[in-house]
Amino acid sequence: MIDVQGLSKRFGDTAVLNGIDLTINDGERIVVIGPSGTGKSTLLRCLNFLDMPESGRLRIGDLELDVAKAGKADILAVRRRTAFVFQNYALFANKTARENITEALIVVQKRSRIDAEARADEILRETGLADKADVYPAALSGGQQQRVGIGRAMALDTELMLFDEPTSALDPEWVGEVLDLMRRVAERRQTMLIVTHEMQFAREIADRVIFMEGGRIVEQGSPQQLFDHPQDPRTREFLKRVG
Amino acid sequence: MQALDIDYMLGLVPVLLGYIPLTLGMATAAMVLALILGSLLAVERVVKVPVLDTLVMLFISFFRGTPLLVQLFLFYYGLPQVLSFLTQINGVTAAVMGLTLHFAAYMAESIRAAIIGVDRSQWEAAQSVGMTQTQMMRRIILPQAARVAAPTLVNYFIDMIKSTSLAFTLGVTEMMGATQKEAAGSFLYFEAFLVVAILYWIIVEALSQVQKLLETRLNKAFAR
Ligand SMILES: Nc1ncnc2c1ncn2[C@@H]1O[C@H](COP(=O)(O)OP(=O)(O)OP(=O)(O)O)[C@@H](O)[C@H]1O
Ligand SMILES: [Mg+2]
Repeated sequence: MIDVQGLSKRFGDTAVLNGIDLTINDGERIVVIGPSGTGKSTLLRCLNFLDMPESGRLRIGDLELDVAKAGKADILAVRRRTAFVFQNYALFANKTARENITEALIVVQKRSRIDAEARADEILRETGLADKADVYPAALSGGQQQRVGIGRAMALDTELMLFDEPTSALDPEWVGEVLDLMRRVAERRQTMLIVTHEMQFAREIADRVIFMEGGRIVEQGSPQQLFDHPQDPRTREFLKRVG
Repeated sequence: MQALDIDYMLGLVPVLLGYIPLTLGMATAAMVLALILGSLLAVERVVKVPVLDTLVMLFISFFRGTPLLVQLFLFYYGLPQVLSFLTQINGVTAAVMGLTLHFAAYMAESIRAAIIGVDRSQWEAAQSVGMTQTQMMRRIILPQAARVAAPTLVNYFIDMIKSTSLAFTLGVTEMMGATQKEAAGSFLYFEAFLVVAILYWIIVEALSQVQKLLETRLNKAFAR
């Protein structure tokens, strides 16, 4: 289980997260929606310590900490319990598709090369990229790169997978294949926290949808509740605008 | 104007060729050491360890800000007077040390620029999978920076080969020192120095070809 309490973050004088409280059950798939600049990315980045949160408590499985007091070891521990899928893929440019997946397994998790490569090949098959194993990211399409990005995150077997607008940078023709892969990840009851503008997709896979605005969680509920019967005027306003 | 003594020049070539191993040896040793030191300095300049950072900046500023010849004299003739354990230092060691420190300072700046040029997404991806700072640098950032810095670093190596000629001022008989001796014996200064100039030129041209090959190879590997 993941438990976030009073998570806050400011950039200079602007408060970007204002005390986020969020409990995520094992296997739960949560979609976060909300207007631009509301802190959705920042929330995900703080859960992976890519951005340093300022205050709040964080519990991921057996790890519990006061984020304000997090030291180097805590930061690594949190990062090793969460996996991040980036909007711009962020594949290691000097590594092939297979190496992108094995890299952290070997270097961070200290698994043997043979073991890591077997796992990578398994994942490349699942993501439909078996024939691209030895190709560098620059020679892959956006959709293929993002599937490797998701594969790299899957291989880590973390307690939480974070997706920050994984299809927003893609040409429309590649969006479908990436969403399909995410559906397959979701079917395994992998705990997921997803920021996306794909409302139909959210409806299909989310156990819970969260609407954020101004660094706060305004409203949350099942997709039916939130999309069909939004309670807060701000949620209604936002949903009307995105159609 | 007198005619060039071609026979003398041709006779000098095999003599001077015998000194190429020493010249290239000094340059290669200094290059390897300067690459290691330069990378460490560059990483420090990026990570900025308090106090150490000031020392590193001072080091780089000094070795870029003073002539190589002055640095070599400082090492070879000066330092043993204040540090008694250095009395045994020979010219070759002093030259390699001097070249290392001098070129490390220059390389540090190029490598630092290349490191900073690596896209932010690469740093974040490495952090997100839980790599330590050292793992991130060694496995992701430095290899990508090396690719950008490689042509500049080969230029420094070329410069380094030419700079080994200064070792003759420390009493080392390398290619330049040997030429000096030969010329003093024959009084054919123009012929002797022309031969050695052409030899340096050929070595550098050969390296420039290697540099071109290297660049095409690097560009064919992962693209940006
Ligand atoms: N590194 C940073 N430095 C300063 N301000 C930042 C930084 N990162 C984000 N911000 C600010 O924090 C606020 C929240 O940004 P964030 O990226 O979390 O929003 P978002 O909800 O993900 O928006 P979008 O839908 O556009 O991706 C914005 O006002 C943004 O300008
Ligand atoms: Mg965002």
